[in-house]
Amino acid sequence: MNTAHPALMQKKLINDPHDVVRQSLEGLALSHPHLLDVHYDPHFVRRIDGPIKGKVTLISGSGSGHEPLNTGYVGQGMLDAACPGAIFTSPTPDQYLSALDAVCGDQGALFITKNYAGGVLNIGMAMEMAQEQGYIVESVLVNDDVAIDDPKNRRGMGATVLVEKMAGAAAEEGRPLNAVTAIARQVAAQSRSMGVGLRSGASPLLGHPTFETRPDMIELGVGIHGERGRYEIPLTSADRITEMLLNPILDDLPLQPGDRVLAMVSGLGGTPLQELYIVFRHLHHLLEARGVTVERRLVGDYITSLDMAGCAITILRLTPELIRLWDASVRTPALWW
Amino acid sequence: MSQQITLAQLKRWLLRYADRIDQEASYLTELDAAIGDADHGVNMQQGMHKLRQRLLNMGDPNDAGLDVSGFLRMTAMTLISSIGGAAGPLYGSFFLHAARTAPHAATVDVTELADLFRSGLTGVRQRGKARPDDKTMIDALEPAVAALEQAAATGAEIPEAMAAACHAAEQGMLHTIGLEARKGRASYLGPRSIGHQDPGATSAYLLIQTAAEAFSENGVPE
Ligand SMILES: Nc1ncnc2c1ncn2[C@@H]1O[C@H](COP(=O)(O)OP(=O)(O)OP(=O)(O)O)[C@@H](O)[C@H]1O
Ligand SMILES: [Mg+2]
Repeated sequence: MNTAHPALMQKKLINDPHDVVRQSLEGLALSHPHLLDVHYDPHFVRRIDGPIKGKVTLISGSGSGHEPLNTGYVGQGMLDAACPGAIFTSPTPDQYLSALDAVCGDQGALFITKNYAGGVLNIGMAMEMAQEQGYIVESVLVNDDVAIDDPKNRRGMGATVLVEKMAGAAAEEGRPLNAVTAIARQVAAQSRSMGVGLRSGASPLLGHPTFETRPDMIELGVGIHGERGRYEIPLTSADRITEMLLNPILDDLPLQPGDRVLAMVSGLGGTPLQELYIVFRHLHHLLEARGVTVERRLVGDYITSLDMAGCAITILRLTPELIRLWDASVRTPALWW
Repeated sequence: MSQQITLAQLKRWLLRYADRIDQEASYLTELDAAIGDADHGVNMQQGMHKLRQRLLNMGDPNDAGLDVSGFLRMTAMTLISSIGGAAGPLYGSFFLHAARTAPHAATVDVTELADLFRSGLTGVRQRGKARPDDKTMIDALEPAVAALEQAAATGAEIPEAMAAACHAAEQGMLHTIGLEARKGRASYLGPRSIGHQDPGATSAYLLIQTAAEAFSENGVPE
């Protein structure tokens, strides 16, 4: 067993490790009583004013430990409900079904999930059960992580936030289920991400970092579950790391001069905003140097991996419609304008 | 008449599996930390705790009005709603499909057991789309079911057939060490997944191992 990093070991603001998910949800409910409400056993977070007539219902699910994803995106203009699983564990079908019972309006529902074995399998079961009960449901899988070569096997990363925002805006406009689903799929298809891990996070239940990084080495191509990356590489400057994150994105999402993008840098939970700005600064330079316009931007901790140090870059190729949906008003704990 | 596995033995199997998962939870989680996301033991423990509660509350399954099929279905629904992750739907599908093949009777013989295990395995394969050598629980389950079928076909009694299944599951579990993962979270590591034993194959081996133990004892009361 792994016992190094005593400084990291369980120096967390927690009580009993088994109560982390529940107590964090209780705190979320107390922090945002005007926006959302939390249901326990099974756990889901619901928009306070749902179900809403005439609006497609958006429900997203993922393991806990990625906050603010997804519970922080419940509210006007984004999600009707979010289903938090155990730490890094996708939620169970009955969570989705209970959330659906609580918030589904009269226009059907869209389930949003990231492309992980557990996410896909549980959503698959939830969809079958919901359909058996007469619900009209669609689902979208987010798979934007270019660290994985095979697109079918790519993980969902930062694009999840963008899908939830833009599909949420489309639903709020009163668009029908097929149109909202198409927007969600379009945003997912036009986004690419790549992440870097500097230091492993520690799961409260594991009690120690998930893995050891060797001194002066970092993990390139990490996901958001505290796992190792695709490659171990020597630590280098922020500018050089930014290039190593952007290049595989551009190999996969060719951008022409004149293209307009949303550029996102999300911290993984253990890196200060100060450093994220240093990454964003160079990302901006690199894109503009290619004639690409950074039309919209998002920098901060938006999809995290407990307290892993590092960040992930997400690039979304925009269209005028997507810009409008991004700009539409939103009132959630984590996004608000 | 050939030997029969009773509902009481099925119940004892799953209670024993719940205990084994408790004992091995941190081991399973450590295996998952190496090539996954360090939650497999925790997920399994959570699900098996729920199932243990249900089993203990139920008392004698016969009195609860359950046949083998109903008993396996109750197990499936409990696991689906409480394990989470990839393992929840997969183990859930194992028991759900096994329930579909299982007789509406209070006991099963070795041939029926092999049939319902085969059916459970088919459920896992349909749900997860993994094939042998993808480095998943399939690699422990597939050889176990094949060994059980073969033993049943040659007229072996239950303890002997289950011992063969258990041995095959263990070999299959160990075989995952050398494999590169092609399904599930470990596949994200590509070649870096080689050299580690798959956590799901390990929990699947424990499932077969505890079945072998519970089905080979007869008549021991709870
Ligand atoms: N498609 C699949 N088919 C069969 N078994 C699979 C498949 N995908 C994963 N597994 C098994 O599941 C095990 C991992 O289960 P675990 O409970 O840790 O879920 P997880 O992958 O972490 O889920 P999540 O994606 O929600 O985090 C693996 O070790 C593997 O044996
Ligand atoms: Mg796992």
